[in-house]
Amino acid sequence: MSVTYLEAIREAQAYLLEHDSRVYIYGQDVGAFGGAFKATKNLAQRFPERVIDAPISEDAMIGSAVGAAIEGMRPIIEIQFADFSTVGFNQVVNQAATLFWRTETPCPITLRLPSGGTSGGGPFHSQCLESIYAHFPGLVVCTPATVEDAYSMLIESVTLDDPVIFCEHKYLYFHLKAPNLPKDALPIGKARIARAGRDCTIVTYSAMLHECLEAAEELSGEGIELEVVDLRTVKPIDTDTVIASVARTGRLLCAAEGWPWGGVNAEVISRVVAEGFNLLDAPPQRINAKDTPIPYHPKLWSVHRPAAASIIAAARNLLRS
Amino acid sequence: MSQFMDQSRGIKAYRWMLLARTLDERLAQLYRAGQIFGGVFLGKGQEALSVSIGMSLQRHDVFAPLIRDGAGRLAFGETPLDAIRTCLGSPMGPMRARDGNVHRGKPKEGYLPMISHLGASISVVNGALMAKRMKGEKHFVGAASIGDGATSTGAFHEALNQAAIERLPLVLVVANNQFAYSTPVTSQFACQNLGNRAIGYGVRAHTLDGTDLKSCLEGMRGASNLARDGDGPQLVIADLLRLCGHGEHDDAHYVSDSLKASALGTDCMHLAEQWLREAYAIKNEQFNLWKEEALKEINEGIEQVQGEGSPDPYHHPWKSLFTMELCEHV
Repeated sequence: MSVTYLEAIREAQAYLLEHDSRVYIYGQDVGAFGGAFKATKNLAQRFPERVIDAPISEDAMIGSAVGAAIEGMRPIIEIQFADFSTVGFNQVVNQAATLFWRTETPCPITLRLPSGGTSGGGPFHSQCLESIYAHFPGLVVCTPATVEDAYSMLIESVTLDDPVIFCEHKYLYFHLKAPNLPKDALPIGKARIARAGRDCTIVTYSAMLHECLEAAEELSGEGIELEVVDLRTVKPIDTDTVIASVARTGRLLCAAEGWPWGGVNAEVISRVVAEGFNLLDAPPQRINAKDTPIPYHPKLWSVHRPAAASIIAAARNLLRS
Repeated sequence: MSQFMDQSRGIKAYRWMLLARTLDERLAQLYRAGQIFGGVFLGKGQEALSVSIGMSLQRHDVFAPLIRDGAGRLAFGETPLDAIRTCLGSPMGPMRARDGNVHRGKPKEGYLPMISHLGASISVVNGALMAKRMKGEKHFVGAASIGDGATSTGAFHEALNQAAIERLPLVLVVANNQFAYSTPVTSQFACQNLGNRAIGYGVRAHTLDGTDLKSCLEGMRGASNLARDGDGPQLVIADLLRLCGHGEHDDAHYVSDSLKASALGTDCMHLAEQWLREAYAIKNEQFNLWKEEALKEINEGIEQVQGEGSPDPYHHPWKSLFTMELCEHV
């Protein structure tokens, strides 16, 4: 018996629909069809009034979620691919994200963004947009890397009285498995030491966690021990956990699948330099996707995004300095 | 509808229009005196339509007003004091000086605070209506105000289509006031009448004379009753002319004299007064008394708000989330 990352997301939604009559799911193809990735499979049959097919109108979908939240509901909006959320961007950053600040009215909406690259996804079905959303005040941005977090953080996201951008990684949907759904979990906003090590801290999140863990295993064979920090939430960033790790290792490498300019990696490095400069034995480094749109061909894509091999190379460079 | 009911509705509507016009005129004076932060945006010429929207709604309904809806906001239940507080940046207003001028509301009371992105509030109303339906509420409507400019946005299209698919009790009111800032309707749409679009969305259209209070009251009540009774979304197009600039910083020199002199340029306040004079024998003395009362209420409100002080930026809770422990400390 095991549960995949995608099944965990489906089970979390089933749990929420069953236990909270304020929860509903709205998105394209989420009803009888069960969603483009089957994240809502069979949910419309069980909760026909609260699993609703939407027209291809991201702006209206997200705007309506804000209105429903004001009326006390807890909508989950499934955006078919994170890339398409840009069409509804205005409602996220100007409507949802400003409501509480402007009016003291909470805006408990959860936007599920199937994010990140998969082989053959190409420029418009592969994007990681967490850094863009994290830039705006008024949003919580989650980036679960494990089956357990996919489940528990989605439940907590819907429970929060704030808008949450839930970046679930498509690469993990089918392949990542856990024996069971979790009984307890770290809260949103707390990072986790995914692997302890003494030589260098790698701060990462989402699918890159697994590339980093693979890199750490390989380097371990050479006697190099990487400490891997899974941020879990990129807004807010758990700076304390990151700094504490850097205090132990003296070195920092940040690994993210998003683009380099002004992203989560840049933010983490900025904080460590500002708050923990004296802890660093070497200039902090980062590794991101290349600064181009995401390529279609698997060979190009495999080099476009960071992977265990490039993370190992970056870590070796850092350890030499 | 009895004549008494008609008269009482007409008078009520006129007095809210008058209060809104009086507030606008005083705000314009304060703006020119440099006592307003940012801009001032008036509803001059649009009061008849606006008040009719507000009066077509009930307490449990939803209203997303736009820039020129001072009269409708009052009719829906906003106090002049809340309007003044927001326009003058009082920390005691509903927006606590965090947002200003026309950007005000009380979401929990169904009164939605507009953002500046036109058409963006329509789907928010849709969501509130979907929620009410899921909660089992009955006989509610939601009204969203927009201008001719917003009909060009994607948000307008998506939201009207969404409301039609979900068959929501949405009343979408377009004040076809001939200009979006300085852009005339000829650069905004190419159809003969915006109401013609309704059939394409599968909704019912209503066309009103936006200068005529009686037409607006009847038209808006009819549209909201249809929506309330399950007829689905209603698209209301009201033709009128904006009798001011986009804001008080804009002298509206681009509005031609011939347009101003046309029927569209009729001031709805004058037409309303004429109606009340002819139909209900309201005398000049009565109008003057009402005007004095409106001015007194607004002036007292301004005086009170001017004494309320300003927000303290050094003791302000700079938190953008409800969940305090998730706020960033950067």
